Formats: sequence, structure tokens, C-alpha cells
Amino acid sequence: CNKDLLNLKPTNDITADEVYKDLDGYKRAFVKIYASFALTGGGGAGSGDLGGIDAGQSDFLRLYWNIQQLTSDETLCAWNDPGIPDMNFGMPASDNVMIKGLYARSIYQITLANEFLRESTEAKLNSRNIPAADREKIAQFRTEARFLRAYQYWILIDLFGNPIFVTEDNVISKNAPKQIFRADLFAYIESELLEIQNELADPKTNEYGRADKAVAWTLLAKLYLNAEVYLGKGKGKYTEAVTYAKKVIDAGYQLAPIYKNLFLIDNNVTSKSEIIFTINYDGEKSQNFGGTTFIINSLINADMNPGSYGVPSGGWGGNRAVSLLPTLFNTADKRAMFYGDKADNEEYSLFTDGLAITKFKNMSSTGTAGASHDGTFSSLDFPLMRLADVYLMYAEAILRGGTGVPQGDALIYFNKVRERAYGNTSGNLTTVSLDDILDERSRELYFEGYRRTDLIRFEKFTGSNYLWPWKGGLKEGKAIESFRTLLPIPSSEIIANPNITPNPGY
Amino acid sequence: QTGSIIGKVLDEHDLPLPGATIIVEGSGKATQTDADGNYKINSVVFGNVSVTARFVGYNSMTKKGMVSNQPLKLDFELLPNNKSLEEVVVIGYGSVNRKDLTGSVSTVSSKDFQKGTITTPDQLIQGKVAGVSITSNGGNPGASATIRIRGGASLNASNDPLIVVDGNPLSGDEIKGVSNVLSLINPNDIETFTILKDANATAIYGSRASNGVILITTKKGSNGKPQVNFSTNNSIATIAKKVDILSSDQIREYVHTNGTINQIELLGNHNTDWQDIIFREAFTTDNNLSISGSIKTIPYRISTGYINQNGVLLTDNMQRGVAGLNLSPKLFDQHLKIDLNVKGSLSKSHFGDHGAMGAAISFDPTQPVLSIGNGFGDYFEWLSGNVPNPNTPRNPLGLLEQRENIGKTQRSFGNLQLDYSLHFLPELHVNFNFGYDVAKGKGYTKISEHAASNYSTRGFYQDYGNKLDNYFVEGYLNYTKDIKEINSNINAVVGYGYYDNKSTFYNYKSFNALGGILSTPNFDFDVPQNRLLSYYGRLIYTLSNKYIVSGTLRADGSSKFSEDSRWGYFPSAAFTWRINQEGFLQGQSSISDLKLRLSYGETGNKDGIANYSYIPNYYLTTGESQYQIGDTFYQTYTPISYDAELKWETTQTYNAGIDYGFLDNRITGSIDAYIKKTKDLLAVVEIPVGTNFNNQILTNVGNMENKGIEVNLNFEAIKKNNLTWNVGVNGAYNDNKVTNLSLVGDNTVPQSARNATGGTGNSIQYHSVGYSPFAFYVYKQVYDTNGKPLEGLYEDLNGDGIINTNDMYLYKSPVPKCILGFNTSLTVNKLTFTTVLRANIGNYIYDNIGSNLGTKRNIISPSGNINNAGTDVYNTNFTVNQYNSDYYVKNASFLKMDNLGVSYAFGSLIKGINSNLSVAANCQNVFVISKYKGVDPENFTGIDYTLYPRPRTFTLGVNFQF
Repeated sequence: CNKDLLNLKPTNDITADEVYKDLDGYKRAFVKIYASFALTGGGGAGSGDLGGIDAGQSDFLRLYWNIQQLTSDETLCAWNDPGIPDMNFGMPASDNVMIKGLYARSIYQITLANEFLRESTEAKLNSRNIPAADREKIAQFRTEARFLRAYQYWILIDLFGNPIFVTEDNVISKNAPKQIFRADLFAYIESELLEIQNELADPKTNEYGRADKAVAWTLLAKLYLNAEVYLGKGKGKYTEAVTYAKKVIDAGYQLAPIYKNLFLIDNNVTSKSEIIFTINYDGEKSQNFGGTTFIINSLINADMNPGSYGVPSGGWGGNRAVSLLPTLFNTADKRAMFYGDKADNEEYSLFTDGLAITKFKNMSSTGTAGASHDGTFSSLDFPLMRLADVYLMYAEAILRGGTGVPQGDALIYFNKVRERAYGNTSGNLTTVSLDDILDERSRELYFEGYRRTDLIRFEKFTGSNYLWPWKGGLKEGKAIESFRTLLPIPSSEIIANPNITPNPGY
Repeated sequence: QTGSIIGKVLDEHDLPLPGATIIVEGSGKATQTDADGNYKINSVVFGNVSVTARFVGYNSMTKKGMVSNQPLKLDFELLPNNKSLEEVVVIGYGSVNRKDLTGSVSTVSSKDFQKGTITTPDQLIQGKVAGVSITSNGGNPGASATIRIRGGASLNASNDPLIVVDGNPLSGDEIKGVSNVLSLINPNDIETFTILKDANATAIYGSRASNGVILITTKKGSNGKPQVNFSTNNSIATIAKKVDILSSDQIREYVHTNGTINQIELLGNHNTDWQDIIFREAFTTDNNLSISGSIKTIPYRISTGYINQNGVLLTDNMQRGVAGLNLSPKLFDQHLKIDLNVKGSLSKSHFGDHGAMGAAISFDPTQPVLSIGNGFGDYFEWLSGNVPNPNTPRNPLGLLEQRENIGKTQRSFGNLQLDYSLHFLPELHVNFNFGYDVAKGKGYTKISEHAASNYSTRGFYQDYGNKLDNYFVEGYLNYTKDIKEINSNINAVVGYGYYDNKSTFYNYKSFNALGGILSTPNFDFDVPQNRLLSYYGRLIYTLSNKYIVSGTLRADGSSKFSEDSRWGYFPSAAFTWRINQEGFLQGQSSISDLKLRLSYGETGNKDGIANYSYIPNYYLTTGESQYQIGDTFYQTYTPISYDAELKWETTQTYNAGIDYGFLDNRITGSIDAYIKKTKDLLAVVEIPVGTNFNNQILTNVGNMENKGIEVNLNFEAIKKNNLTWNVGVNGAYNDNKVTNLSLVGDNTVPQSARNATGGTGNSIQYHSVGYSPFAFYVYKQVYDTNGKPLEGLYEDLNGDGIINTNDMYLYKSPVPKCILGFNTSLTVNKLTFTTVLRANIGNYIYDNIGSNLGTKRNIISPSGNINNAGTDVYNTNFTVNQYNSDYYVKNASFLKMDNLGVSYAFGSLIKGINSNLSVAANCQNVFVISKYKGVDPENFTGIDYTLYPRPRTFTLGVNFQF
């Protein structure tokens, strides 16, 4: 009697068995894994899946973008919020909130994937009497859950090197997971992607927003292109990078005709041929202060007519260009989208010391504003993977020694990117070097979250052979230590998990 | 043969004392005085008698006489006593005489309450009890208060004491539409507060008692003819101090000196004091009527009250009507005592937008209040093009006048207590107590479509509401027996309790002002509920009236924990030695009381945490948190983090105390020393990521310690018929620190606990091992030779040549080390002067107004507008915000005079009718002495941004009884 009196259940929350009672429930739990890319939490813009971090900045894209951009030679943030100046200088400490946030966010998404895999085993499907007709779809969900997990492990291997490692075999408990080291993690990600690549949907056949074969191949190309960084000098896998980039190129993708349309809300129509994988946003139904809402608003200020960016109540005046970025562009290059009259970054904390970037808008190519609940939220889907990057990876891998394709492809695909930028062949080069690739990547992909990884691969991130304003905390730039090519494992994790050894140097 | 005794009982003003108890010693006969102070006892056996008159808060008096054919006339004149030893003190599931108390217990009765405009019960005892800190959370009508007894024992679970009204333990759950649930209890109905502090006193309340227990006893009916009491208090409140910000001329000068041509052009030519615009002198009227007496043998008291209080912030208002009924008949030859209490209240509040206070200190004073025809309700607003500039404050007056937020609540609570002393075994009492606390709150927020604050959605409308359904049943047996043969007394209790606390929260759609839907909730309501089952027992054994040993045990089962960890067992034991009863002190007239108390006990805590944290569950994300796959938006199922092994947080308390009384108890008081150790803290901490569906969860982790000393002293300095002077002093020292905060190994890294206002994620307060909770975590500021802080320059505390977060340090805390109280009353004939002073020592405050507004980048904003700032900007000259500088952590020790009052008792004005008229004038919040330059150094959170100013209030009150 006492037992019954004290066993109370919540009114609206439900148990796993109630969630996974049918295909619809499986899908809603499955979509949550994808949703973790875009949303900060499940209860509106102020809610957070994670603790110890302001909810608004706890989504995947904002955290990842900040780390990739602020530490690089492209972006400076004017805000004096905790962790931002250190990030601007390329020297974040182990208690940096963005580092803690991204580490937790990546592993959160992995934990969601693991939970889904545990709840969708053969035995569970049997016990819940899921009809055979639905099982094929659930099997497809499982494959994509594994892809999303592999993607986040790629984020972790790229930034942190040696994170903890959990799979569906680790149940929810108080047992601290073990650390995995970079080489082992590389092998794991590689084997997972190779194993699932054929089980994923054919390119361009899956539902919008879901991963397919081309998405996995793009990730494999990234993994292999950076293999020397992850595994050590001489352990490059450039031929493999070439192979998987080529698979994407041959899968029927084309560069979108107009560069600027890639960053407008109807990019799913105008740039469909180029975009391989997106993170989806909606200013009414997917409200949050991260993602493209953050990117658009942080790149403009209230006196830049935010309404013309589709965010009439927005304009946060945060991120703008490091003075080197505008100098990369030829005047005929249509990709240059800058605003302002002072390129010099005299004061790093003053938004107008540096040119603003007008590339991302909550507007359509025909000039209508996207849905926005309060005039701040964005409906721009973010192209997380797109063909121009694959072209440039393909060219770079060939130049770095990848084989199996004509050497001349490097210049051909490099020039395809430039042709779109100039609208004609006037910008084409006749030869291409690795340095050309690095600069071209900045021109093509600036402010899209690629830069830190690129600088590290080109060995320009640390040391003094390449300086930019505010690198190392000085206006004229200063060398930073080589150990900073890896981010620190967050101090919160080192304290909470006795199995973790900090990264060298921290 | 029998005769009768008659007489009259008067108080120190020679006014009748109704309700005093008259006992004929050794006869079992007793009565109470009527409204005129008269009594009569019949059927007293002829012969010598001694008759004692008693009244709560007064020295009892015994007179001898002989009963014969003539009625024996014995009149009494009682003098007030701060601590009557014979006073009956409620201790939870029973009561004992003060002299027999074994725990650390303080009482405050109505005559010692704070005076003036008192709208919530907690205000009555501010500064009156050692070790009890009551900090109002602002000066708004019916503001809530944070009550801490001996510091806080927990981090994320509740630190609020359990409040029990006439045996009805209140759940403390929020009621929508009222800012403070305690404000629904009429302060005028309260007779005494009893505060249980150590574990021996509180352990009988087991799981709910880690933070102390406050027992509130309301006024009861009395025998005799009806007595009517009417009081009215009318007051004017003004803000005592404004935030010291730049004047319009100072802003003009600052912008001319530091701004560009474009920025200078932004300046207006007005002189607007925005604080004067939004604050006002506020009138409050508070009227109470009560009637008590008895109908035949049933004593009753009915009371009603109405208060209408304006806030000093424009549009803030609270109206409250209350009614109460108490019936306390004793049936079957006094064997069955019935105590029925029913209280009801209705309130209606208008909540002004408190954001207007922040806007008022940051809004450019050179701008006009109004800008007719601008499309935003004619309030001046900063625009960006033709829309409100999103990065500027909104017009403070517009925020207030363009918003309507009306909340209405109904609440009733009460209980029926039956105490039956068995006819065949009168030492055994059977006690049943049934009670309820139900409430309903609802309201709405409506913002005009023209309001700049909600420009993008074109206004706002949303209903809100909830409901409380709390019920309990308690039953206990109490056996009290004097065993003369072995000179012993036994007092034993065993009991059972069942408590069901249920809330219903309603979720409503939100709309814009034109009726368009802005959001739709997933569920129409949520019903969080928890239950508690308890078994408890207590044994008090007294030997020779000298040695008292007591022990309690309570077992609590809570629905908040899984079957495996549900039950908590909370024991306590105490030993008390009444030293003054020993032979060596007999005949020693100067020591009237001396008692040593030693106790140990364990208590539990499970309040303040969610109801279902141990259960693995999923929730459905809301309509604003969908994700698009294909052409479909999905509300997703999200797993919730949980700790299946969640269990009770427990606190062990060691207490040693001395109660003393000298010079016939003219000097009384107590000294207590205690150590409270909390283990298995319910705290939200970092866990290894990947082990749960969050990187932080609520779990049992860590330890905390409170150590302290409390002293109180009451002194009847002058005690004459026409002149009395009482002085009360209390002081408490408490040292509070976290001693462990990790699931694994040593953890010396601070954990973020509270953010400052401004920027994103500027955490300023942290929990850290070895420090008070909520200590400030900051950089050590470097100063120039003139003592001015150098922007962005901090000391390299770890000496590694780099200034980074490794150089931050824990510096001070908002928790005061010492809390002192002083109160005194001086009565000269019919005139009484009273005052209450309080002091906090060692509390620090973070000047968030300075850190957030006092920069050049704020005043001359890159968003294309001008803002105001505190005058501290002249001292710092900072360009950008330096939130984490220890410069902003300021010593906020203070001395406050809470209350200064004078009252005059006219006595009976009408010949032939016993009546009393008294008038009183009071000033509250008289003065504050502090080094802290902000508006108010008293701030529970320790972060000073826009605390609702506690007003200075002038009250004129009239009390009439007949």
C-alpha cells in the first residue's frame, strides 16, 4: 500500500516503452539526434540540453563556428564575454565555456545516437511488436544514427584529438567512460563510415536534411585529407581522400550558378545542386539563439538596417573580418561581401574596427524575408557540406600526392570554383599551388566554419611563420605554441572523469 | 462546602487583560478572564488556596487567600516578561513548558513583533531572533523574503525552513498571481512564532527540517463576552534613495568630451530624471477587524482584513482581503479539545514591469519622456530606421504603462485538530489532525500592440494560472506521566503522517495584441505531485526536574526517490541539565535559571528538487523546438537526464547551548554553538560527459558545513508600574563552506553558480570547496598610483607570466559572517517607544550596475544611441565591460534602523465600557549606514542590479478594542 502511494509518475513525460511503441515514436526520437545540430533545447529558444553554459550559445553550430572562426585569421569578435577574447587570440584555456560546450554538445549527440541504437535492437523491436514493414525504416534510422555519431567523433578527433569514447555498449550509469586516443579514434571513425556507406540512401534520394551516401563520402574525404594531422607526418591518406571526393563529384552534384544564393533562405531550391548536407532552421518552428540566427545577427549591427537581412529586431554587432580577409579578394570576385569603411582591427573589442560580412541573410533570392518569430530568429538552412569544398579538397589531395585520377583535375576543379566566383574564366589560374588552395578556401568558404582546420593542415595556425592581427593577443600578431593545434579537454571533464589525461601543453 | 473566587487581571498599563488563565493550584480548576479582564471560579472547596494568573508573555503571579462564604477577591497585575519559564512552547506534535525545553528554540510573540505597515508575516520577526536572517527580495507590494536559519544547508535543494501554521505544514509551492505565498496569511492573525533551530527540536519533522522549522500559532478565541478589535494602518512609502547615475548635463558633457560629431548629434536637450518618472509616493491602507469571545462554551475568533497597497513603482498594486475563523471548544469535561482553524484570502495584484527599473537607470536623460505621434504609443524610443533599435533600452514609462499584468488568487488553508485524553487513562492523548491548503491563482499579461518592447510581434497576450491541492493527515498518541515514586516524568509520542502535495500548472497559448497566435503549448496542463509518508516517535524523560533526556526518530518515505532509496531515517538525542535546580545553586537568588543543553540529530531534505528526477523519461519538445526533416517539422522525443540512485540529503547537527536567567529573570537569554554538516548534497554538478543525457545532473554529491554561535539577551532594565524599559540583543556568527563537491577525488575547481547581468554567460558567483557557496570568482584588479583601476590589467596570481582564467580567485561572499539585532521598548505611562536595528557584517556585494553600465562603450553605444550609467564610470573610465574585476566586489556590511515607533494607549475612553484606544506612528527603513554606495547593501543574492527599492514608510495606526 505504501509502495503504491509513493510511486508517482509525471503527467506529460513518458517512458521509453511509450516512446518507442510505433514507427512514429521511433522517428521522433531519431529526429532528435539531427535536431541536436540546430537546437539548444526542447522547450523554446531559452531552453538548453546542456548545463553550465548559457542556453543561447549551447547549440552545435554556434559553438563549432566560434571555435573554427574566432581562432583563425578570418574573424574577430567584439564582445567581452567570458572566453571570447581568449578565443580571438587563438589561446583558449581549458575552462573556456565554448570548449566545454562543444565537447559536451558533440558527446550529447553521440549519447542520443547510442540511446537510439540501444532502443532499436532486434530484441527491442520484437518485444515491442514493431511490424516488419516498419523495420526497414528503423534500420535506416540506425545507420544514420551511426553516421551522426561518426560525424561528431570527427569533430572531436579534429579539435580535441583524445576525447572519451562511448558507444551503445555504454549504458546510462555513473561509470566514467574511458579516453580514446587519436589514432584509435581515427580507425573507429573510418571503419564506421566504411561500414555504413553502402547502407545509407543513395545520393540525393533521402529526405531533405538527412544524410546519404554522398554525405558519408564527404566526411571520409575530410577525414583522409587531414589524416597527416591526426596520425602524424608521413601517414597521409591522400589517395583515399581523392577517391571519396571523386565519388561525391561523380554523384551528380553541380556548383550552384550564383554564389550568394547559397546563403539565402531558398538555398534548398536555388542551390540544391551543390548543397550536400544542411542543418535546418526555421524562425518560427525551430527557435534558438544559435545557428544561423547567431551567424546573421552577430555579423551585423543595429545601424546596418537589420530589416534588410530579414532580422528587423536583430543586429548584435559581434563578429567581423580580420583585416587580412578583404585583401584576398580581387574586385571582380563576386564572393566579396563586406560592409564598412575601416578594415583595420585597431581595437579588437570595437565592432566597427574591421569590415562586417553581409554574406548570410534571412532573406530569399527574390527579396522576401524568412519566417522569424520575433524579428531575430532565422530560417536560413546552413550548408554544412557543399560541393565547392569537395572540389577544393579534391584539388588539394591531388596536389598533396593523391593518385588514381588525372593530375590535371586539380587545376580543373580549382578553376571551376573561380569561374563561378568571377562569372567567367577571367579569374582562372594556369597553375595551382597548395598556397593557392589555402587562399581559395578562404575566399570560397570564409565565415563558414572551416578555417581553423585548414590553417592547422597547412601548418599556419601555430608558430610565427604566419601572423595575423590579434593572433596570440597582440595587435600585430604573435606566435602561439604548437600544442594549441589541439584544444584542451575541458577542465570540467578532467575533474569529473578520472580516466582522462589532459592534452599535452594544458 | 464550596465558595467562589473572583477578581480582575490587569496589564502593566492597568488595562484589562482578557484571556489570561487563572488556576487554582492543586484543584484542577481553571478559567480564563473575559474581555474586561474579570474572572470567576465557582465550587472551590473552602480553605486556603493559592491562585495563579498566567498570560503568554507575562510573568505569572501567584496569590494566596482563603475561600469561605464570601467570594474571595484576588486581583492580579501582570508584568510582561520576555521569557516566562512557565510559558508553553509548541514543539511540533505537542508542547512543553519553556523550562523543560531540550532543543534550541526561540519564540517571538505578538507584543514583540515589528510594527508599522506589515504585509507579510515574515516581516514581523525581522531582526528579532538570533541566527534567523530574513531578507526581503525587494520593496514591491507583498514581496517575498528569503528566510535562512543558521545559514543554508544545501546547494540545489531548498534552503527554506519548513513553515507550519497551527500544525498545518505548508508546502511552500508557488501560487501564480501573487508574489509571495506567505503574503496570503494575515499578519494580524498571528499570536506567536516559534523557531526550531537545532536538530533535537527539528528532527521530529525529519525530512523537512534541515533548514529549521518555523511554527506559527494564530490567535484563538477566548472565554467571555465578545471582544472586538479594530485596527487601521495608513502609510505613505517613498523611495529612500535613488541610484546615483549621471545627470543630463553630465551625459552631455561626457558625450561632448568623448564622442564623435555623429554621436553628439544624438543628444537631446531635455532633462529627464527617469527614476522620478517611474517611482512615486505610494499610499497603503490596512484595516483589520476581529471579534473573539465564546458562544456558550465554544471559544471563537473571527477576523477579517483588507489591505490596499501601492508600490513605489508606478502601476504596482496589491489588494488583499482575508478572513479567518478559529473555534476551540473543549468537550467532555475538557477531555476532548477541538481546534478548528480556517483561513481564506483573496488577492488581486497588478504587477508593474520591473524591467522599467533597469531601463530607468540606463536610459539617456537628455531625451524627452514623450515623442508624440511616433507610432509607439507616443513614448520616446530609440529607433533604427523606423523600427525600435533592438540594442537600446525601452522607454521606462512605456514599459510600465503599455503593459497590464493582473493576477488574482484565492487561497484557503485550515485544519481540524482533535485531541482526546482518554477518560480511563487521562495521561494518554489521542490526537488527529486533518488539514488542507488549496489555492488557485490566475492572471494575464497584456502588452499593447504599439509597445516598442514587443514591436516585432505586435504586442503580447497570455493567460497564466495554477492550482494547489495539498492535504495531510496526522495522528499521534501522546503519553505523559509523572511517576512520583522515582521522581520522574515521561512524555512519549508516536505518530504517523501522510502528506500529499499536488500542483496543477495550466499552459496557455500566447497571442499578439491583434489575436494572432504566437505559441501553442504541447499540453494544456502539468500536474507535478509528490507524497510523503512518515512515522515518528519522541520520548522525553525528566528526572528530578533536573535531568532531561530526549530522543526522537522519524522515518520518511518520499515519492521523489526510487523504492530502493526512498526511506530516510532521522534520529536525534539530547541531554538537558537544569543546573539551577541543583542544591549548590539553591538559595542563590541572583541566578533564576540556568540550563545546559546538548544535542545531536540528523535531518533530511528533498524539497526544492523536481518530483521525478529518478525516473528515466522522455519529453516531447515544444512547437518552438521542432526540427525539419523533408517537408515535415517534428516535435521530437528527448530523453531526460536522471539519477536512478537519487536519495535523501542529510544534515547532522551538533548543538550545545546554555539558557540563563538572572535577577528573577529580568535578564534572560541563551547561548548556542552548533556545527551542521550536510552530506549527500543534492547538487547539480558536472558529471563525466557521455554517462547521461546532460553534462550536469542533479545527484547526491558533496558536503557542506555550517559552524556558528548564537547569543541572545533580553534585559528588563526598568520594571516599574509606570515605567518599563526592555532591551533585546541578539547576534549570530555563522561560517558556511562547501567541503566537497565532486563524485570522484578532490575537486578544487569552482563551479559556476550565478550570472551577472550583461553580456552572455558572465558567471560571477561560484561554489568551491573551502569557500561559502556563491563566493565571487574574479580577477585581482591592478590600480594606478592614484588608486584608479587600470582597464583590463589584473594581477598574475599564479605567476606564469600570462593573465588568463587561471589567475582568477575566490574573493568574499554575499553571506554575512555576523548578523546582529537590537530591539528596545520604553514605556512611560501610556506612551511606548520602540525601535529595531539590524546589522550584517562581512557580506559583500557585486556592483552590477557599475560593471554593466559604467563604460564608455555603454554610454556612447556602437548601436547608435546614448545610454546612462552610474557615476562610478568617472572612477573607472573603462571603455569596455570588465565584469570579472574584483573592483566591483564591495563591502556591504550595514547597520539599518528597521523601525522607529511611538504609540499611545488612551485606555478606556467611554465610561462604563471597557475599551482601549491606542494610536501609533511608525517609520520603517529609517536609515542605513554602509560603506556600499549603491541603493541598498542588503541583497540576498549579492548581485546588485535592479533590486526593487525597499521604501521608507511612514505609518499612522489606530487600534480600538472594546
